[in-house]
Amino acid sequence: MTIDTQQALFGFALRLGDTSLVLGHRLSEWCGHAPELEEDIALTNIALDLVGHARLWLSLAGEAEGQGRDEDRLAYRRDVFDYRNHLLVEQPNRDFGHTIVRQFLHDAWAVELYERLATSPDAGVAGIAAKALKEVRYHVQHSAEWVIRLGDGTAVSHAKTQEALDRLWPYTGEMFEADAASSALAAAGIAPALADLRATWAARVADTVAEATLTRPADGWMHKGGLRGEHSEHLGYLLAEMQFLPRAYPDAVW
Amino acid sequence: MAQAEQAGRADAGCWGPEPGADPLVLTAWTALAGVMDPEIPVLSVVDLGIVRSVERLDDGAGDGRCDGRLAVTVTPTYSGCPATGVIVLEVETALARAGLDATVRVVIAPPWTTDWISDTGRAKLAEVGIVPPPAAGKRALTAPLEAIACPLCGSTDTAQISRFGSTACKALHRCNACLEPFDVFKCH
Repeated sequence: MTIDTQQALFGFALRLGDTSLVLGHRLSEWCGHAPELEEDIALTNIALDLVGHARLWLSLAGEAEGQGRDEDRLAYRRDVFDYRNHLLVEQPNRDFGHTIVRQFLHDAWAVELYERLATSPDAGVAGIAAKALKEVRYHVQHSAEWVIRLGDGTAVSHAKTQEALDRLWPYTGEMFEADAASSALAAAGIAPALADLRATWAARVADTVAEATLTRPADGWMHKGGLRGEHSEHLGYLLAEMQFLPRAYPDAVW
Repeated sequence: MAQAEQAGRADAGCWGPEPGADPLVLTAWTALAGVMDPEIPVLSVVDLGIVRSVERLDDGAGDGRCDGRLAVTVTPTYSGCPATGVIVLEVETALARAGLDATVRVVIAPPWTTDWISDTGRAKLAEVGIVPPPAAGKRALTAPLEAIACPLCGSTDTAQISRFGSTACKALHRCNACLEPFDVFKCH
């Protein structure tokens, strides 16, 4: 299937926007519940940055689509089957270890991707990536430090973090999965081929996992489907909460 | 020129009117210097370096349309900064109060950096006990923290409590000498 650049830009921006939005929403669920005040503030700060990235990507998606849909319309008036986020980020928070491992696996990918997108010849893409890159670099420092602290912590924190890593690892393959949109942009030189991010991502993850005294799971079968709108059951509940107000009171303004 | 200095042009790295700028543009910069950041109200939007440019829309057109209209460009500090909407509203209000016909645009590229905080802004931060951001550059983002002096007692025996503080732009530190916690403006 071949698609034109505008369609590809729409699909790719939707993927990045949805992934940022869903992860941002997941982190916001910790507000008032994190294990300590500083971490409560940290997770919600990161959530805020991610929702900011989602707004930028979804606005760009709306412009590329050219159907008059803005960021709010895309965020609040699409159902599960139209969401294009990675399955990793919709996984529930479970315990703090799961939240941190999920964050680290995503952050390490986001840094690799945004570093490359920041030099994209497409000014819209490059602008968002350069802005987001400064923030995700800070996020990955934070999440990596916590992976190390938890992994190389007590027997309990080590076991829980290893369990999280084992459970979430099969969701990492999707971050490097090409679809029609990402392939078209890679062919046009606007975005990197996602598979090319894998080696540096894996090296970064391996360093942190080793320092955390954790065992890197083997690459085996990987979950897929998010890019086609085939999501886990968890996303529907998340969207039901996130979209309630604009669906119950359409066109309400703040 | 007094107005230009007031708007902070003298500070290296930050944004302000060019020397000898148009009187309307200077009026706008002066008005903007009175708009305070809602989360750090000692800093004006000019001190913070988020006003990127003020331009006359009628430059060179010569057809009488857009006479005296200005385009003001601002940039957010962080992508998700909740204050951005309020800042735009306050900038529009201040420009209207100054009798100016201005359109405010928000742009994200090039991304804001703490290097654009003016020297005046840095001094104001220090005055209220917020440690100004270290000089940026790529290295500072990832390098270990240099010894940060406590804004209360001056001791450099300090430690970071949390990378994330009360606003997106600040981290929380503690002084091991006087035991007081304090905010540090993050290098960005």
